[in-house]
Amino acid sequence: MIPLSNFMMLSAALFVIGLYAVLVKRNVIQLLIGIEFMINAALINFVAAGKSDKNYMGGQMTALFTIVIAAASVAVALAIILNVYKYYKSIDPDKLNKLRD
Amino acid sequence: MTPEQIIFYVFAALVIISALLAVVVKSLVRSIFLFFVTLFAVAGLFVLSLGDFVAVTQIIVYVGGVLVLMLFAFMLSSKELLNTLELVKTRYSAVQNIPAIVLSLALFFILVFALVKSNVNQLDWINGGNHLSVSDNTVQIIGINLMTNYLFPFEVASVFLMMALIGAAHLARKDKAE
Repeated sequence: MIPLSNFMMLSAALFVIGLYAVLVKRNVIQLLIGIEFMINAALINFVAAGKSDKNYMGGQMTALFTIVIAAASVAVALAIILNVYKYYKSIDPDKLNKLRD
Repeated sequence: MTPEQIIFYVFAALVIISALLAVVVKSLVRSIFLFFVTLFAVAGLFVLSLGDFVAVTQIIVYVGGVLVLMLFAFMLSSKELLNTLELVKTRYSAVQNIPAIVLSLALFFILVFALVKSNVNQLDWINGGNHLSVSDNTVQIIGINLMTNYLFPFEVASVFLMMALIGAAHLARKDKAE
């Protein structure tokens, strides 16, 4: 049996990689990938800890709901990215500096 | 080393290496496909911690849904995205690469330090007898819990998905007025 701390160490590393992508990337889609890495790091923790909760399955249920919400938010984010691209002709987050027309 | 440990370390290495490559690589297409590898490896880790249903959901929703959506998004935008992105340093980019690396490493060390200090393997509820075992039918347990303890979040998630569907369709539509 693999100890919980191994899973948590791995998820810490994955979270940090996602954070680095969010800080550095010049491209909204890659930024979104960074956010997904961070969500996946949290999911690893939830499922690994949920192994010791047989009655309520708290970890696995939270992971399921998180996957659903992350998928929905990605759909909306990509619709926004397409609109932003139509308007600015670029998806560099540094160039998106206006909310109005 | 037991086989379980070997499999764990293989998947862990796959997750870390493919995630790092996905972040470092310049081309967007390669980055998306490496993201795909990371998601599969994470699903493998879910299976190792006895979350088989979550692993299947991860593959169906993330790999089947999110990834295809991302591929669509950059194919629907123009060819300009396919090229290596222009690496013009804008004046407003406050966080350049070196500070970001330092910040990420600092956060990683804080997390590892907290993990070592908190000694998670010795917690009472981790060591209690309430473990899932390999022979348990997790799909059945999840199904029963979904209809009893987690009914309210389940219904809220359905309304939320409806909202996201309508919102995304509204945002992505073409203007007829023009």
